[in-house]
Order: sequence, then C-alpha cells, then structure tokens
Amino acid sequence: MSPVPPVPSLPPAPAARAAAHAEPLVAFRGVSFGYGRRMILEGLDLEVPRGQVVSIMGGSGCGKTTLLRLIGGAVKASSGSVRVAGQAVETLRRDDLYRLRRRMGMLFQFGALFTDLSVFDNVAFPMRERTDLPEPVIRDLVLLKLHAVGLRGAARLMPNELSGGMARRVALARAIALDPELIMYDEPFTGLDPISLAVISNLIRTLNVALGATSIVVTHDVRESMRILDYCYLMAEGRIVARGTPDEILASDQPYARQFFHGGIDGAVPFHYPGADYRTELGLAGHDR
Amino acid sequence: MERSTLDVWVGIFVVGGLVALLVLALKVGNAGDMLRAGPTYTLTATFENIGGLKPRAPVKSSGVTVGRVASIDYDPEAFVAVVTLRIDRRYARFPRDTFATIYTSGLLGEQYVGLAPGGDDRLLADGDRITKTQKAVVLEDLIGQFLTSRAGETPQK
Amino acid sequence: MIDRGLLTVRGAGRSTIDGVLRLGYATRFLWLTLTHSLTCLQRPRLVVREIYFSGVLSLVIVLVSGLFVGMVLALQGYQTLRTYGSESALGVLVALSLLRELGPVISALLFASRAGSAVTAEIGLMKATEQLRAMEMMAVDPVARVIAPRFWAGVLSLPVLSAMFTAIGIYGGYLIGVVLLGVDEGSFWSQMQNSVDFREDVVNGMIKSLVFGVAVAWIAVFEGYDAPPTAEGVSGATTRTVVTSALAILFLDYILTSLMFRGA
Repeated sequence: MSPVPPVPSLPPAPAARAAAHAEPLVAFRGVSFGYGRRMILEGLDLEVPRGQVVSIMGGSGCGKTTLLRLIGGAVKASSGSVRVAGQAVETLRRDDLYRLRRRMGMLFQFGALFTDLSVFDNVAFPMRERTDLPEPVIRDLVLLKLHAVGLRGAARLMPNELSGGMARRVALARAIALDPELIMYDEPFTGLDPISLAVISNLIRTLNVALGATSIVVTHDVRESMRILDYCYLMAEGRIVARGTPDEILASDQPYARQFFHGGIDGAVPFHYPGADYRTELGLAGHDR
Repeated sequence: MERSTLDVWVGIFVVGGLVALLVLALKVGNAGDMLRAGPTYTLTATFENIGGLKPRAPVKSSGVTVGRVASIDYDPEAFVAVVTLRIDRRYARFPRDTFATIYTSGLLGEQYVGLAPGGDDRLLADGDRITKTQKAVVLEDLIGQFLTSRAGETPQK
Repeated sequence: MIDRGLLTVRGAGRSTIDGVLRLGYATRFLWLTLTHSLTCLQRPRLVVREIYFSGVLSLVIVLVSGLFVGMVLALQGYQTLRTYGSESALGVLVALSLLRELGPVISALLFASRAGSAVTAEIGLMKATEQLRAMEMMAVDPVARVIAPRFWAGVLSLPVLSAMFTAIGIYGGYLIGVVLLGVDEGSFWSQMQNSVDFREDVVNGMIKSLVFGVAVAWIAVFEGYDAPPTAEGVSGATTRTVVTSALAILFLDYILTSLMFRGA
C-alpha cells in the first residue's frame, strides 16, 4: 500500500483563455422545464464559459440534476433554449445528439459503473462502443486514463470490490475516456471520506486543465468545491438566486445565499416544516396567558 | 466467464435442444413415417357410413400399414361418403375386386381402413375407385340388430 | 357504508384503467425493443451471452423437473389405465400430455421463475444505479444494448428448454412405466409412435413454447425497465414478472389449445 501522496497546489483558473472565447460552451436562455403544473425549472438563464470549472449549487430537489439532463439532451425543455457548443440541443436528431454526447463525459452520483464488467472493461466501454480503435490502442488508452485517476493497478478488479471513492474515480476515468470537451459531475462529493474528497476535487481541477475542458459540478458541498471553482450559481426552487465568483457569492447578501453558504439553521429556509401551532397541538392553548 | 467457455455452453445448449426435437419428432412421433414414405398413388372408396374414421388414419392390408387416409368428403348426390386413400407405390398390386372395410383397432381404438384383395387379374390404377366396400360397424345398429333378433325369438318361448 | 362501496368500485375502476394504460405502455415498449433489435443481428455475441444466462443456467431446473413430471405421469396414469386393461397405452398418455400441454406450459413457468425474474432484477438494478442513464450519456442506446439481447435470448431459449423438458419427461415415463411397473417395452413405444403425430402434436407444442417465450421475455424486460429505481421497486417488479408471466402463460395456453386441438 503506497503512502498517500501530498495534494499538489491547484493550478490557476485559465481566466484569460475563457475571456478569449466569445461564445460560452453551455448557455441556457429562459429555460423552463416541468411536468404538467409542477415546474422544476423556471425561466433559467445560465452560462458556462469554456475552460472554467463552474458549479451549480442548491438544496435537494431544486432542479440541479435536471440541468445536467437538459444539457445532455436526455430531457427536452418545455420552453427556452439550451445551447451546447453552439447547437440547440432540443432541435437535434438522434444521430446528431449522439455525436454531441461523444464530446461530453458525465460522472454519476455513485459512479454508475457496469457491475458485470471489470474496471478495465468499464473504462474501455465508450472506446469500444463509439470508436473503431484496435484493441492494443484501447488497452494503452485505458491504462492512461486509469493512471490519471491513480487506479491503474486496479484494472482487473470488479466494481463490487471497490470502495466508494475508488468506484467514483473509475467512473471519472470512464467519463474522460473519449477526451470530452465538457465534463459534468453529479454530486461528486457525496458520502466520501476526507481523503477521497481531497483526491476527487483535486482531480476535477487538474483534469479540467490537462484536457483543456470545461467542467460543471452539481453539488451542495460548499467547503470542498469553493477551492476549485471559477464561478458558482446558487439555485432554489427552480430559479437562480445568486451567482458569481467564489468571493462574490460568499459576500452576497441574498437571504438564501447567506443561509446556504454560512450554515444558518433558520433563515430564508425555516427550520420547522409548516404545521399547526405547537401549543394547540399539545393541547396547551388557552392554559397560560 | 471466458468468452469461449460461454460459447461452448450455449452451443451445447442449442445442440441439445435440436437433438431433443429430433428425438421427439422421429422416435416419439411419426415424422419418421412421413420421411420414409416414398411416392404414393391415390384410390377412392365410397362408404355408407365411415363411423369414426379420420384423415391420416392408417390404411392396412393383412394388418400392415400400406397407406393413409388423405381426405374424407361427402357426395350430396349419391348420399355417400367419399374417402380418398393414399397408398405407397410399393404396394401397387391391388386387384379390382379388393374389399375396403372400416375396422376398429381393439375394442375402443381408432378406426382404420382394411383392404382385403380379391381374385381379379386386373389391378387398381392411380385414381381408380374401389367398388366393393363395407361400411363401419356402428354400435347402435349392432344393438338394434341384436334386439330385433331377440324379439324374433321371443314368441317361441 | 355506501361510501365505502363506491370507494371500492372507483378503486377497481382506476385499477383497470391503470392496467390498460400499463398494457399500452408495455406494447409501445415491445415495439421499441423490436425496432432496436438491429444491434442483435450485428453483434450476435450479445444475444449468445444472454442465452447462456437465461437458457443454459435454467437447464438444471428444467431437466430435473421434466424427469420428475414424466415419472409422476407414468405412476398416476398406470393406475387409471389398468382399470381398463390399457396399460400399454401408457406411452401414449405420457407423450401426448407432455408434448401438447405439460412440456410447453411447465417449462415456461419454470423459465419465468428462474430466468424471467433474474432478467427483471438485473435490468431494474441497472436502472436504479443509473447504469442505463450512464450508457445513454455515452451515446450508447440502452434498449439496443441491454434490453433487446435479453428479449431475444428469452424467445430463443424457451423452445429449446421445452423440447428438452418433454424429451426427458418421456424418458422418465419410460423409466417408471417399463422398467419399474413392467409395461411392455414394445407396446409402450409403438403405440406412442402410432398416436403421436408430428404436425399435430410436436409442432403445435413447439409453437406454444415459442409464443410463451415471447410473452415471458416481453414481461421480464418490461417489468425491469419500468421498475421504480429503489430496492422495493425492483423486488416488486421481480414478483410481478413471475405472477404476470404465470397468468399470461396459462391464458395463452387456453387460447392456443382451443385453436390447435379442435376435436382431435
């Protein structure tokens, strides 16, 4: 068991590169999405410039994961437009959508590794399915990707033999298998020990730079993500309530943002679930004046 | 699971199924007869009553199956049943006065057509009609005959 | 009291409508599976792999059950036939019962319990752990890659299993009838050969098992794909596969029997 290597200092955000590109990689304009009367997203405007690590934060059920599904074209917006790499996702036909997806990689919440395939075969899966590369080339590429996440030695293991953190790293290796331009992370920090947390957040940053890619991180882990972000959006009930660089958003005085970032127990989001008056329920009303 | 081992097992599986199907078809069923059957020729025979005779029932001579009943039709003008028999060409030497009778195998078994050759020198050819036929024994007629003959005896008692 | 009655009626009505809606959804899903089956032809290895897991791994239960069913048929049939002095017809009894009814039906029921529920659980679990979504995001069609091969494997495996069930059942009948109970070996086989018709009995039995195969495979993949992505959801779906398959098999058996064996 090799000793845990020290976490290297994180590389700086390529802000200059971002400014050079006019069109953002991902742009939401007035996007609404919902089922019938239940609107999950309402009139959303969002931009992800190229080369940056952008996070979308919010409480559970605010619609963060739906955003990722809209970007990937898995669901269609009820109104508004979702543009990825200059293309309106909702207008794409199946083949064009599949071609666009090839330029994206997604890390699912608990890895979503294929349980009947080994670690090696999992990472090789997108290469075997979507390219005509010969096996020896695939083998080298897989080992490269696994090395990038530090799991080259685990290539022969099966997913059920991996710890949570390792499984997520393998899934990350699989997500970057085809060198995507856009990497999406769905709650990558959930349920990890501090060491794995540091490893994953470090990987998100370094891979973004190494691949020259853009990353979108959906999370509600404030502490871990603030270290690696270039820009942050805060969502509540289907809308964006605050946005800015980490410094800007931490200083925001929007009530929900204040409670979210500074850990308030009671504030914009009340502690108590709405219900009847406490005294009345206990039968004490009218007993003391 | 090695890919090759998997393939071997699936191969064994499919072959096993085919073997089972063949066994069922040939040993258990009568597909063997169908396959072994060579060229055939057709004869027709009319019966007043075919009883329980069904298509594909055997046609036997001296107890040996020489053919099958191909089809059974009704002639509305002569009011008789017309049975088409398909006989194996190996047994093409039936004389013109062959008797065709409908028998029952065993007491409750299925019915078949029995051919009893006569003495005529001329032979039945493809498409010929067997003129000498005897209808099937119908149980109700038999009981009726028995009762009538008993009734005839009673006055003497 | 009337309120409760009305509530029950309304509940029953809603269940029926839900059932019909679900059947419609299931039919659309079947159509989706069929139209996405091209990959199965291009990559037969996917289907072969599933035939192994559905068919080959069901061999043991099918063969053992077949043997015992044949043996029981011979035991039971012998007693009854003896009272009519027709023990030599035992072969006919065993063969026709197995070929026409018991072979296709029982092997289909066993297949649904073993392979059908396994497929449902597998697909449901893949859905719950977002594996199907991950495939979609990697631009691989999960219906073509995961669902269709399992469907066709079921359709192809069941007739094979059915034939083997029937064959070993007849052999079991022979063991009990001839070897144990003393029925004449010659009459056992010759009477059987005379009474079993290839088209009427063997082929019809195979057609039945093919129809059952389609039904069981369809139910298994649909329930898996439609299962709620939770532990209870998947477990409920596997139960539903077994129950719905059993009902479908018996219902289709009645329909097919009434169509095939009219006054034979």
